[in-house]
Amino acid sequence: MNLEEYKGVYVFAQQVDNEISSIAFELLGKAKDLAKDLNTDVTAVLLGSDVKGLADNLAEYGADKVIVVDDPELKVYRTEPYAHALAEVINKYKPEIVLVGATAIGRDLGPRVSARVATGLTADCTVLEIGDFPLQAIPGQEQKHNQLLMTRPAFGGNTIATIACPDNRPQMATVRAGVMQKIQPIKGAKAVVEEFNPGFTPDNKYVEILDVVKAVTDTVDIMDAKILVSGGRGVGSPENFKILEDLAAVLGGTVSCSRAVVDAGWKPKDLQVGQTGKTVRPNVYFAIGISGAIQHVAGMEESDIIIAINKDADAPIFDVADYGIVGDLNKIVPKLTESLKAEIAAK
Amino acid sequence: MKIVVCIKQVPDTKGGVKFNPDGTLDRGAMLAIMNPDDKAGLEAALRLKDEYGAEVTVVTMGLPKAEEVLREAMAMGADNGILVTDRVLGGADTWATSTTIAGAIRNLEYDLIITGRQAIDGDTAQVGPQISEHLDIPVISYAQNIKIDGDSVVVERQYEDRYHVVKAKMPCLITALSELNEPRYMTPGGIFDAYQKEITVWGRADLKDVDDSNLGLKGSPTKIAKASDKVRKGAGEKVTLDPDESVSYIVDKLKVKHVI
Amino acid sequence: MDFMLSKEHEMARTLFKDFAENEAKPLAQEIDENHRFPRETVDKMAKLGFLGIPVPKEYGGQGCDPLTYVMCVEELSKVCGTTGVIVSAHTSLCCDPIQTYGTEEQKQKYLVPLAKGEKLGAFGLTEPGAGTDAQGQQTKAVLDGDEWVLNGSKCFITNGKEADVYVIFAITGTVEKRGKLSKEISAFIVEKGTPGFTFGTKENKMGICGSSTYELIFTDCRIPKDNLLGQKGKGFNIAMHTLDGGRIGIAAQALGLAEGALETTINYVKERKQFGRSIGAFQNTQFQLADMATKVQAAQLLVYQAAMKKAEYAKNPKVSYSVEAAMAKLYAAEVAMEVTTKAVQLHGGYGYIKEYDVERMMRDAKITEIYEGTSEVQRMVISSNLLK
Repeated sequence: MNLEEYKGVYVFAQQVDNEISSIAFELLGKAKDLAKDLNTDVTAVLLGSDVKGLADNLAEYGADKVIVVDDPELKVYRTEPYAHALAEVINKYKPEIVLVGATAIGRDLGPRVSARVATGLTADCTVLEIGDFPLQAIPGQEQKHNQLLMTRPAFGGNTIATIACPDNRPQMATVRAGVMQKIQPIKGAKAVVEEFNPGFTPDNKYVEILDVVKAVTDTVDIMDAKILVSGGRGVGSPENFKILEDLAAVLGGTVSCSRAVVDAGWKPKDLQVGQTGKTVRPNVYFAIGISGAIQHVAGMEESDIIIAINKDADAPIFDVADYGIVGDLNKIVPKLTESLKAEIAAK
Repeated sequence: MKIVVCIKQVPDTKGGVKFNPDGTLDRGAMLAIMNPDDKAGLEAALRLKDEYGAEVTVVTMGLPKAEEVLREAMAMGADNGILVTDRVLGGADTWATSTTIAGAIRNLEYDLIITGRQAIDGDTAQVGPQISEHLDIPVISYAQNIKIDGDSVVVERQYEDRYHVVKAKMPCLITALSELNEPRYMTPGGIFDAYQKEITVWGRADLKDVDDSNLGLKGSPTKIAKASDKVRKGAGEKVTLDPDESVSYIVDKLKVKHVI
Repeated sequence: MDFMLSKEHEMARTLFKDFAENEAKPLAQEIDENHRFPRETVDKMAKLGFLGIPVPKEYGGQGCDPLTYVMCVEELSKVCGTTGVIVSAHTSLCCDPIQTYGTEEQKQKYLVPLAKGEKLGAFGLTEPGAGTDAQGQQTKAVLDGDEWVLNGSKCFITNGKEADVYVIFAITGTVEKRGKLSKEISAFIVEKGTPGFTFGTKENKMGICGSSTYELIFTDCRIPKDNLLGQKGKGFNIAMHTLDGGRIGIAAQALGLAEGALETTINYVKERKQFGRSIGAFQNTQFQLADMATKVQAAQLLVYQAAMKKAEYAKNPKVSYSVEAAMAKLYAAEVAMEVTTKAVQLHGGYGYIKEYDVERMMRDAKITEIYEGTSEVQRMVISSNLLK
């Protein structure tokens, strides 16, 4: 494998129902940074049926070039025709880097394609940068420059590892949704559009889709919430969560909870934050009556602002809180709700 | 029907992760358990066995100690256990791991291979789909509700906001979610029976159609540049105020941060 | 002498521990508070074979040794003393005598469904006037044609009303021993639903509140002649031998309670802070814990030894495990009481509140010094063997 032949940063531009997924724009934003460091350009790979029209959309978010594989076989996502298409694009165009969203599609497509083109794949990355491998020069070992350094959490977020793929190309990563920044779209931007069709020959690997069932949920996923008002055992009773709900309502937020609350049967499991629950990163996280066991902290420490209210001054939650208030939540929370109501009404 | 279930022994992260003084993971201090998604995969296989009749073979790759999860699987109802262990296989990334397991499975007859979606130590979700690629069979990731229909499987394949009802001809590989089912417990008698059974142990020489250059640390395209305990955010301010002062304190902070 | 458990036993412990944590623990507080029999847990245990652990496979059991059974009761009792005693009474006091003394027909009819958990078992020996003194029995059984007719009552019966099969003791005549007349006792198998077999009051207990403790009343209760268990007149021996096994079960329950209280307390003293440091940092706490842990360990060795002696008996019926069982129960029960009491003390005010598990554990522990032979009875068994 001549590594020098491989050029350019490629992004798998995921679309569902002929609508580009947000992750694709996020990846383009990151790809632009990487391409700048490598002095190369950004290519989006768009797979689907009747998707040509979406190319401009990708250009607006930073794609210099769009490779379109447009075929009826690609109408609804299936592993094989998509893997075939992406692998053939890689074989033909020889990209240096291929980024795929760590979505339910990308985490299926990425490994299948990486195995087919015989390269490494790093899963669920949260940081991507260009650097040297090894990070520090080691005598007797070649230090390679301009490598993609892929950083990812493991062990449920308890460790982080930085991984390189120094001897194989392309360097492939799946990237966690919501981590990379999109660029401000450039209206009217155009990309070079190139159509490519590797041909599709259905075999056993082309599975049959019998039905597509879209989920209807009316509950807000706490992972999507911008403001979370989270309660722990200190809230005292399921009834007392009312004061948290009132606070959340005023701020347009959502109530979540700690494991102790779920174990006590006060709240359902899908509201649980923490290692055995969900990992959240809202703009504001209120930790109310939560002591802050490490398993809980692992699920919320990435929040932008953490405000903790707890009567125990020694509670470990104060070790991660940006603003910690030692006091009685029953006295503070209802007053806070009233005060915020007044503030918002005054605006 | 013959079902192969791939399982992995992983450190239990439920009670928190323990570290050595040098920042590396202290695997010895953590309980070793069967990876939860793999257990769900095994349960799915055992239910197919209950419903349609099947021979269930569990395969694991790891240190000799990984025999424990095979025994556990057999105590739950699996028929056979295969341990793939060899020094040359150590340090494998997902590519080298999937190459190894595919090499082991090539020795077996199978209609269905079930793997867990992902392991709680690596969280990659890559090995299942990669095995299917090496074996050139269809893969259905993130599967729920597995049914057999003649020579095909019909499963619900989960996406973020929908699921597809997918039909695939066997042989095929399915990756299972731990939400798939509630895995059964072992039975006391099953445990003692499991220890009476033979476990097949395979080394490098038993792997079929694999190249040395694709195995172990050397055969892994991805290399670890750096690994560390996660740096935790430090403490911010801590105040003790009366309720009214506390409220104005919070409101001020929310204003400064443009939340309101 | 090998103190290492086999891998099988280690894995069985993992199983029982997982089950206890996931299924029994979440209910422990609620069933205690509501004095509710945890039927759902019993159903789950039945499916997993927990109700026939030491029963041979040919009789629907798991075919495991007594140690495996003991570990099951131990792990369940760590989180819920009630669940532990349900299994113990069923297995040791109902399955075991039928397995030991039953005819092949009785085993097929009763032991198989009991071991599979399709039916639950109980044991009725105690009467209002016959506790430690089993000779004080009043319940009578009279043969009338092809049927035994039972009259009398039994009290403090664990699994009462919830159980389907009862091993019952009754007087079937008198015998002359060294010139003195004494009662001849026989054992019977009685099914729930038999006309004339009813339940009296439910006892309102201090501890193991989820366990169902009832008075059994027999009024012209007619059971088939074939339901005589073992030989006529051998009831007293059957009862005593059954209780030897039962004591190992109760010893395991006591051991589990002590272990549970110790674990809970260790976690608590690490978290609880007074005077600016965790109370585990105080030497008093440390020394208390050291004593508690040492005694728990000693109790475990005695209980496991008794279980292993019972396993030996299975191979050679000449082996007696009576003394080992008595020592295990005596010591484990007293350790359970001591350790749970200290656990409450180390919890301070919180230990006295029902929200904290040690409060329940202390109440649950007390009964282990009383039922299936009080600590005094155990001392009698042990000393009479020393002085014989």
